[in-house]
Amino acid sequence: METLGHLAHGFSVAFTPVNLMWCLLGTTLGTAIGVLPGLGPALTIALLLPITYQVAPEASFILFAGIYYGAMYGGSTTSILLNTPGESATIVTALEGNRMARSGRGGAALATSAIGSFVAGTLGTLGVAFLAPVVVKFALSFGPAEYFSLMVLAFITVSAVLGSSSVRGLTSLFVGFVIGMIGVDLQTGQPRFTFGMSQLLDGVDVIVVAVGLFAVGETFYMASRRYAGKDEIVPLKGSLYMTAAEWARSWKAWLRGALLGFPIGALPAGGAEIPTFLSYAIEKKLSKHKEEFGTVGAIEGVAGPEAANNASAAGVLVPMLTLGLPTSATAAIMLSAFQSYGINPGPMLFMTQANLVWGLIASLFIANIILVILNLPLIGLWVRLLKIPAPQLYAGILVFATVGTYGISQSPIDLVILYLLGGAGFLMRRFDFPTAPVIIGMILWPLAETQFRRAMTISNGDWSVFYKHPLSLTLLTLAFIGLIGPHIYAFIERRRTRGPEHVPGDA
Amino acid sequence: MLNRRRFLTSTAAAGAAGFAALHLSHAFAQDAPQIQIFVPAAPGGGWDQTARTMDQVLRSEKLISGSQITNVGGAGGTVGLPQFISQWNGKGNSLMVAGMVMVGAIIANKSANNLTEVTPIARLTGEFEALVVPAASPFKTAADFVAALKADPTKVPVAGGSAGGSDHILFGLIAKTAGVPAANLSYVPFAGGGEALSALLGNQVAAGISGYGEFSEQVKAGALRLLAISADKRQEGIDAPTLKEAGIDVELFNWRGVFAPPGVSVADKAAMITLVETMAKSDAWATECKNRNWTQILLTGEDYAKFLAEDTARIAAILKDLGLA
Repeated sequence: METLGHLAHGFSVAFTPVNLMWCLLGTTLGTAIGVLPGLGPALTIALLLPITYQVAPEASFILFAGIYYGAMYGGSTTSILLNTPGESATIVTALEGNRMARSGRGGAALATSAIGSFVAGTLGTLGVAFLAPVVVKFALSFGPAEYFSLMVLAFITVSAVLGSSSVRGLTSLFVGFVIGMIGVDLQTGQPRFTFGMSQLLDGVDVIVVAVGLFAVGETFYMASRRYAGKDEIVPLKGSLYMTAAEWARSWKAWLRGALLGFPIGALPAGGAEIPTFLSYAIEKKLSKHKEEFGTVGAIEGVAGPEAANNASAAGVLVPMLTLGLPTSATAAIMLSAFQSYGINPGPMLFMTQANLVWGLIASLFIANIILVILNLPLIGLWVRLLKIPAPQLYAGILVFATVGTYGISQSPIDLVILYLLGGAGFLMRRFDFPTAPVIIGMILWPLAETQFRRAMTISNGDWSVFYKHPLSLTLLTLAFIGLIGPHIYAFIERRRTRGPEHVPGDA
Repeated sequence: MLNRRRFLTSTAAAGAAGFAALHLSHAFAQDAPQIQIFVPAAPGGGWDQTARTMDQVLRSEKLISGSQITNVGGAGGTVGLPQFISQWNGKGNSLMVAGMVMVGAIIANKSANNLTEVTPIARLTGEFEALVVPAASPFKTAADFVAALKADPTKVPVAGGSAGGSDHILFGLIAKTAGVPAANLSYVPFAGGGEALSALLGNQVAAGISGYGEFSEQVKAGALRLLAISADKRQEGIDAPTLKEAGIDVELFNWRGVFAPPGVSVADKAAMITLVETMAKSDAWATECKNRNWTQILLTGEDYAKFLAEDTARIAAILKDLGLA
């Protein structure tokens, strides 16, 4: 109950007109930068750091928190409408969201992502307020061995996005592995697959790959089929927002997404991408409308991952506020803002800076409410984008993708990579290779590899770490069940249905 | 009605005063130059913060009228450096922020350009490193740590930043002084300070090496034990010996400084040194450094060039031992 008192005090800090103004400014700015590919929350906050010289700490953190949450909302908009993810956490949203937009349900996809973000963001913030000390204990028990086992689990579950042919899906996944390996190897400091180009030493940005394969590849494909008269985009079908059936399909996905996103976001090396993959895989498994996945677009496939990425955004704040551990680029920059006030974020922050911390948490609740109010009416405006005739729309997407990519690093090399990948995306689409596994491979592989090598370095080459640590063993067991479970289930099912008419000697 | 009129007049007066103040500061800043700062890293990191803090202090001290900061990030600065050398050549009003990390990156990446091609202006700040262990660790002193390292280096996994970075270099130097072959070390690199810290707090590794600022709060809270720091002398408010006092003859600052482009005139170089020196001696700069745990280690012109040459040789040698160069 002590927490409630603190929280009430936090609201009294956040509810001053000036701080509400900062919150509104932050959320608006965050939504805008989320929509623009290339401008992420980390970069925006870094550019706004000098503001810390001018305003009170509470005000600037309320502003930064608004930007952070706002970018998570805004990132999904371009994923859904233009197949151009603005943030790595919204790449999965593009898979089903864009299909929905093409079949006239763009409004519903945007609505489920906005409301899902609100639900999950609120749940996640509640988690930060009430569960932070418990969650952080759990998070610290994750060592390299546990992370590697989590990656194994992730690899098993993502088979759901491999598509109908596992050979094609695995080919795409391996292409992703190779792209993920480009750059300086963290463990040895040696460059891999960089071909002597210093611009490649830091690797290839996942956004560039996603935008190249999805948006540019798609544009090339459309251009090649311009006169075939296929793939009409339906501007809008049925209600602008969600129907009762869509609500019924969304709410469970929101809750499951939030449950996955918050704890994984709180892990020091968890990140926002992995919970979105896991959520997508789970929703696809549980859905009663499997035929809609990858065809007309299934709303669960948007609702779950969107909830997961917002809950993980809240989760990231747990180690940052309780231990002073920055676990994402955005959190690291927010920590450097703490330092410019002479505040050292660390285990004592909740006690020494109660005003600031609880004001920040309260403003996260307010930011969530402002964001859903801000985003729902915008949907009507956004879906009009789809009324633009295809040639102009795709030309616009190409410009948008190009400018956004250049914005990430101001590097011409990135533009070359973008168009090379666009060409590859076109060929993959033409010959029916799924593109999503490339992205998943390039995100998961480096994580799995790094954690595996760390675990082996620490254990001095002893493999038993993976099954002697209980948490690691649990995760590996789950992965094993995930791998063979469906086959056993299918076998039993076949037995049961075939049972009566099965006669010995029949075959 | 009266209230409203009074409100309006007072607002107008305040506005006029503000305008006058603006005008005045503008007039005052007439002779102050405009400078350009090149940051070979993405916004938010140490070099970028150095640049933005310099901009802030220089403006508040009325030493410049304004500055423009350009970020070209990537590969420890080795993506930005060639650009600064070729495209900023001869621009007397510009500075590049760089530091020890870039020296290491140039060697490890076998970069075609290096820091002898730019004009050294001043070494500004440094962050000394800290050797820490989890609170539950059997190591009570730096000597315990070194003894364990001598006994079997593979049993002492140490967490820190990326391979070949300042943390790894310090670990290599400590091992070298203790007579342990660098190739046998068990170094566990992490991408960021936060991740390395969580490995320490979760007792995943035996010890950690990183900038003191990364660990200071955990040390104060008792979650980590500070064995030694890599500074040149004892630091006020830090209850730990230097490595030298602990019997390990190593001193290391992860330093940051500024450079002018190649081809600037002697007069421009002298003016830039004076400008940076004046800034470094101001109270505003001292306050910012204190807030950020930056130790001031000012060194300018030729002294700086000499230091740079020595440090480059030392880093090249240790990176070779570590198998990275």
